[in-house]
Amino acid sequence: MKDFIIPDHGTPVRKGAPVSLTIDGVAVTVPAGTSVMRAAKEAGITVPKLCATDMLEPIGSCRLCMVEVEGMRGTPASCTTPVQSGMVVHTQTEQLAKLRRGVMELYISDHPLDCLTCAANGDCELQDMAAATGLRDVRYLAGENHFEPRQNGEANPCYIPKDQSNPYFSYDPAKCIVCMRCVRACEEVQGTFALTIEGRGFDARISTAAPDFLSSDCVSCGACVQACPTATLVEKTVEEVGLPERSVVTTCAYCGVGCSFEAQMRGEELVRMVPYKGGEANRGHSCVKGRFAWGYATHKDRILNPMIRDTIDAPWREVSWEEALAFTAKKMGAIQEKFGKNAVGVITSSRCTNEETFLVQKLTRAVFGNNNTDTCARVCHSPTGYGLKQTFGTSAGTQNFDSVEETDLALVIGANPTDAHPVFGSRLRKRLRQGASLIVVDPRRIDLLETPHLGENLHLQLKPGTNVATVTALAHVIVTEGLYNETFIRERCDWEEWSDYADFVSNPEYSPEAVAELTGVPAETMRAAARAYAAAPNASIYYGLGVTEHSQGSTTVIAIANLAMMTGNIGRPGVGVNPLRGQNNVQGSCDMGSFPQDLPGYRHVSDPAVRAIFENAWGVTLDPEPGLRINNMLDAAVQGRFKGIYIQGEDILQSDPDTRHVVAGLAAMDCVIVHDLFLNETANYAHVFLPGSTFLEKDGTFTNAERRINMVRRVMSPKNGFADWEVTQMLANAMGANWSYTHPREIMAEIAATTPGFANVTYDMLEERGSVQWPCNDNAPEGSPVMHVDGFVRGKGRFIRTAYVPTDERTGPRFPLLLTTGRILSQYNVGAQTRRTENTAWHAEDILEIHPQDADARGINEGDWVRLASRSGDTTLRATITERVSPGVVYTTFHHPTTQANVVTTDNSDWATNCPEYKVTAVQVAPSNGPSEWQTEYSEQADKSRRIEAAE
Amino acid sequence: MKIYVPADAAARALGADSVAAAIAAHAGLNGQDVTIVRNGSRGMIWLEPMVEVETAQGRIGFGPMTPEDVPALFNDLAAHPKALGLVDDIPFFKSQTRLTFARVGLIDPLSIADYQANGGLSGLRRALAMSRDARLEEVTASGLRGRGGAGFPTGIKWKTVAGAEAPQKYIVCNADEGDSGTFADRMLMEGDPLCLIEGMVIAGLSVGATKGFVYIRSEYPDAIRVMRAACDVAEEAGLLGGSVLGSEHAFDLEIRVGAGAYVCGEETSLLNSLEGKRGTVRAKPPLPALKGFMGRPTVVNNVLSLGTIPWIFEHGAAAYADFGIGRSRGTMPLQLAGNIRFGGLYETAFGTTLGEVVNTIGGGTASGRPVKAVQVGGPLGAYFTPEQFDIPVGYEEFAAKDGIVGHAGFTVFDETADMAAMARFAMEFCAIESCGTCTPCRIGSVRGVETIDRMLAGDPAAEPILRDLCEVMKLGSLCALGGFAPYPVLSALNAFPEEFRPRKQEAAE
Repeated sequence: MKDFIIPDHGTPVRKGAPVSLTIDGVAVTVPAGTSVMRAAKEAGITVPKLCATDMLEPIGSCRLCMVEVEGMRGTPASCTTPVQSGMVVHTQTEQLAKLRRGVMELYISDHPLDCLTCAANGDCELQDMAAATGLRDVRYLAGENHFEPRQNGEANPCYIPKDQSNPYFSYDPAKCIVCMRCVRACEEVQGTFALTIEGRGFDARISTAAPDFLSSDCVSCGACVQACPTATLVEKTVEEVGLPERSVVTTCAYCGVGCSFEAQMRGEELVRMVPYKGGEANRGHSCVKGRFAWGYATHKDRILNPMIRDTIDAPWREVSWEEALAFTAKKMGAIQEKFGKNAVGVITSSRCTNEETFLVQKLTRAVFGNNNTDTCARVCHSPTGYGLKQTFGTSAGTQNFDSVEETDLALVIGANPTDAHPVFGSRLRKRLRQGASLIVVDPRRIDLLETPHLGENLHLQLKPGTNVATVTALAHVIVTEGLYNETFIRERCDWEEWSDYADFVSNPEYSPEAVAELTGVPAETMRAAARAYAAAPNASIYYGLGVTEHSQGSTTVIAIANLAMMTGNIGRPGVGVNPLRGQNNVQGSCDMGSFPQDLPGYRHVSDPAVRAIFENAWGVTLDPEPGLRINNMLDAAVQGRFKGIYIQGEDILQSDPDTRHVVAGLAAMDCVIVHDLFLNETANYAHVFLPGSTFLEKDGTFTNAERRINMVRRVMSPKNGFADWEVTQMLANAMGANWSYTHPREIMAEIAATTPGFANVTYDMLEERGSVQWPCNDNAPEGSPVMHVDGFVRGKGRFIRTAYVPTDERTGPRFPLLLTTGRILSQYNVGAQTRRTENTAWHAEDILEIHPQDADARGINEGDWVRLASRSGDTTLRATITERVSPGVVYTTFHHPTTQANVVTTDNSDWATNCPEYKVTAVQVAPSNGPSEWQTEYSEQADKSRRIEAAE
Repeated sequence: MKIYVPADAAARALGADSVAAAIAAHAGLNGQDVTIVRNGSRGMIWLEPMVEVETAQGRIGFGPMTPEDVPALFNDLAAHPKALGLVDDIPFFKSQTRLTFARVGLIDPLSIADYQANGGLSGLRRALAMSRDARLEEVTASGLRGRGGAGFPTGIKWKTVAGAEAPQKYIVCNADEGDSGTFADRMLMEGDPLCLIEGMVIAGLSVGATKGFVYIRSEYPDAIRVMRAACDVAEEAGLLGGSVLGSEHAFDLEIRVGAGAYVCGEETSLLNSLEGKRGTVRAKPPLPALKGFMGRPTVVNNVLSLGTIPWIFEHGAAAYADFGIGRSRGTMPLQLAGNIRFGGLYETAFGTTLGEVVNTIGGGTASGRPVKAVQVGGPLGAYFTPEQFDIPVGYEEFAAKDGIVGHAGFTVFDETADMAAMARFAMEFCAIESCGTCTPCRIGSVRGVETIDRMLAGDPAAEPILRDLCEVMKLGSLCALGGFAPYPVLSALNAFPEEFRPRKQEAAE
């Protein structure tokens, strides 16, 4: 194990003027503020330590790292002693050796000597230090201790039994050395403050201040387990399997933060996922999903053989790959022959790699001969792509995640980072604890507002559907109070468009006072927020699906871009417009040409020059007409014009709005090909099931929310036999293409050759540098951590009017409440992965949040079953009563197919991009006795559809 | 007729309240016009409750008083059986150099008029007329060192805070006087609280701090009450508030109460506790002077250090520095306790020998038996034997003999003392009071008790283990609690090795 652990420098890196000193005769220069311990490490000298680690601030607890400094009294701890110019340090003297051995002797006198059977055997820092200090004898006799259950025939009052309540790791107080690394990791890295020390002196113990870990505030991010130097906090998989023997750096396949992990393996068995300190998105941190919720990869529900059937009423038949592909090719060919080449299409996956996505859109463009491709970004961040392209010129966020460390004010709009982007949430919380201000624009009181040690903060608790009015009111204040940055606007933006926008927002009808009643936000709060945003030296905006998933999603994105431009908060660290992308590769899938109108790199299919690049590369003629969007495909299917679809790694039936409409569309098709890990909900309407592979089973790249291209590395062979890119290639070839990729690096070479933003990206470069942020080409050979540094990509920043147009979705007597939907920390998206892990311990079902006032008026009690109904449909689920939502607003998640919150959502969508309006649905809530008619019918159909014929 | 009855906690514990009540009752009965002033204690605890009657010749002392002794106060004073003569002439009192404690026992602690009539606020007025640099120079020139025990030069600490850039700085008074056998902080707060407040205001002016806290241990309810009342008096008198004595300087003061942990007398634990956190030790650096309360530059000074500041500013640094020896300048309020004839507080210039303190000033043991040992500097101070009585009281002088002056508590033991038990107690005390942050103190103190028990049981292997442990604790501990616990242990072991062996009667069994 130790061979592949990145050396721990003991204390965090500092930024200061260079200071030179001498350690054990070695001259070393480090930034001022660096500890002697870290300086020694940089000079190649390892000072013994237990309580120090470079992820945490030092506290000087263990005292093993004592050194002698010439001219200084005593033996200061090197972890807490900062370097000084000219210091002469000795890390190894006879005196120090004796003292360190004395400290180790004390440690071991209160530690069980069961090393050989301990889960940390071979990966234990206590063991290492006992070895390093040359401890040969513990002279203390069995006295008071914390590890013997019984002493002298009586129960040992100091003994606390092991806590196994968390599904993923155990806590064994008998092995604890009270170094407080776990407590500090929970505070400094994760920011949850779930752990503390109880008692003092010899009685000092780690405590969750709850009966056990599971019932505590712990969010199971794993930071404490990561920090623990012993087996006190250890992964249950390590206890069960043993120590891993190799480690492969790869990228998490959950949210758009794109954390780097070490997949630690024993043979082909994954032992644990450990956040990788070299990962620039996560800087060594993780959340419960990436760290622990990977059990789905080997879940028994995975389908490992191809299956086909003639009708969706029939049971599935397992067949060979050859038969499945021949069956599929024949069906798709027949459809195109009969209904024309435009009668089929593809849905690319935001879960799959860039290379795989590139091949799927290539399949429809180059093999099917049409542009009928779409992706799940349609239903999440398509307005981001549109809005930022229109204003800045690039369909992506402007910053890297490190940028948050320099922000003075974070304006968080329609995002819930602590749940949906937890590692970014922790990084933001760290900055908030350091004193940055926070403004939250959200209908719910999100956890970010409960950040411990939070400073100045405002909550604009607006009514769902009033984003444009609220953000435009902020602009009104900035313009009318003269708080804008004229120099920036004159230098970087189009002055005429600015003047037009300034005139537009100055209209009193956009003032906070005028829209206060509409938005539900007090005018003074809006004014305070606008002033704070404009006044902060570095103000940043982070937003999520609460912005985009509205009928005016694109307008809000534009309004956000306008705010950033008018205050000059673009083009340097600490500022910017940052969409928090939902899925691991949603940025990448958009970059790779998944939208029907855009070839890879966001270039319109109508542009003959762009088409020529791909026509030359692919040896085909491309259709110059944009293809169908997903909702158009479903509409066309209902109308009988669209008959065949290849859906890779997406469950549109559960994730897309207005489930009944999706069902009708799928049911009307002749050939639905689902390429997935599991028989998902969409597969209930499929004719071909091609088994997919997990991110652990293939090579490739993911692009995260900060445009960072991260390597995904195969750590085990695909259980289904093929990586997803191979399956797509086989399907293409079965339909007459002649593709011959032997490795994803060849696909990346094709992407780089055809897509300017990726021009300099190669696997060799990624291997060497770890990751790179696009654009990465001759203009930006090192990639682009921050965009629009010297000017906007489109030339001049463009201000666009943001008139507020209310959604058609209104409350009324029949549907008096507004439903808004979102995610929870422990579950991910449609839950296909997380529901097949122990994460169900935290969230086993979707729950409806309702304000006490609304609950009371309906006679609803905590935990009651309720019927949630809209104009589109109805479902039942349990209710919880909370003041986190305002009166008149209810909230739920969409993780569970048994609930299917999207039966309720409507077919309203964004004016520019058709992104569905998930966030606003007029509903009624009433007590209920059981599942709705739809739920009953649906589950019957699903059960029937999932039958697999016994193999002959 | 003006009669002084101390309201000092020690005097009250010895019955001062019932004496005061008896005086009031007797006067009322006889229709006599008597004013009772509840003053601080003059520090002669063996005479408490010591009542003083103001006469034309001066204040005559009577003590130790009981309610039965009260009626005689209204007759011929000279004939009173408890008459002590003029207080100023009592040898224990007369031989002192009372600078910090000049007003303690003399004045009504909460009377601003009394305070000013006896030199109060003169120091502050002078300080207000000086530049900030001149103030810092004054404190530095006085040679004043931290009276809490560490002896760090006060002027240097203030200059560090003054030089730090921050939107807010703080003055924190450490009044968590937890060492057994010490009581000077309490006596000053109860007897002359305005003096401490004045000292803190001057500190604030000198370093640019506008807010102060006095962190008082919860075991001092009287001091807490008096300090709170004194803050009200000071605010009314314009000593505290938005404009100190009409100047452009602001200074506010808050009284905070500890939660019973000895370790919160250690400055970084105190700051954690003051911030509402667990009272555990923080590593230094960063120094509190740069990153103290809430991460802001903070002066943390002991009550006596801050209480000496007004005298230094009133009389000038040179006057103060004239007293003392070597690098220990000025006076030190010695606290005499344990088995001692004249227990109490005795302020005198540094340089008096340990023998003079115990025998001349303290009058030897209360039991009359020979002195066996004196523990200097609280429960973590070293034991000294009569052979070492020539050591002069001074920081460097004690350090040279592996001891500390500390807060200048002197606890005397006669020949009956069990020194192995005392050594064991030092380890046990450390184990009970350890905050648990560092390993040498957290585990070492427990192992220390166990190892001394092994020695007492006759295990010959135990002594080298104890000596090694003491070295690890001394050099390895994060703060002085673990770092100083070995001092009493080793000094007792070195001076009385035979007492660390199995007891005779046990050996006989």
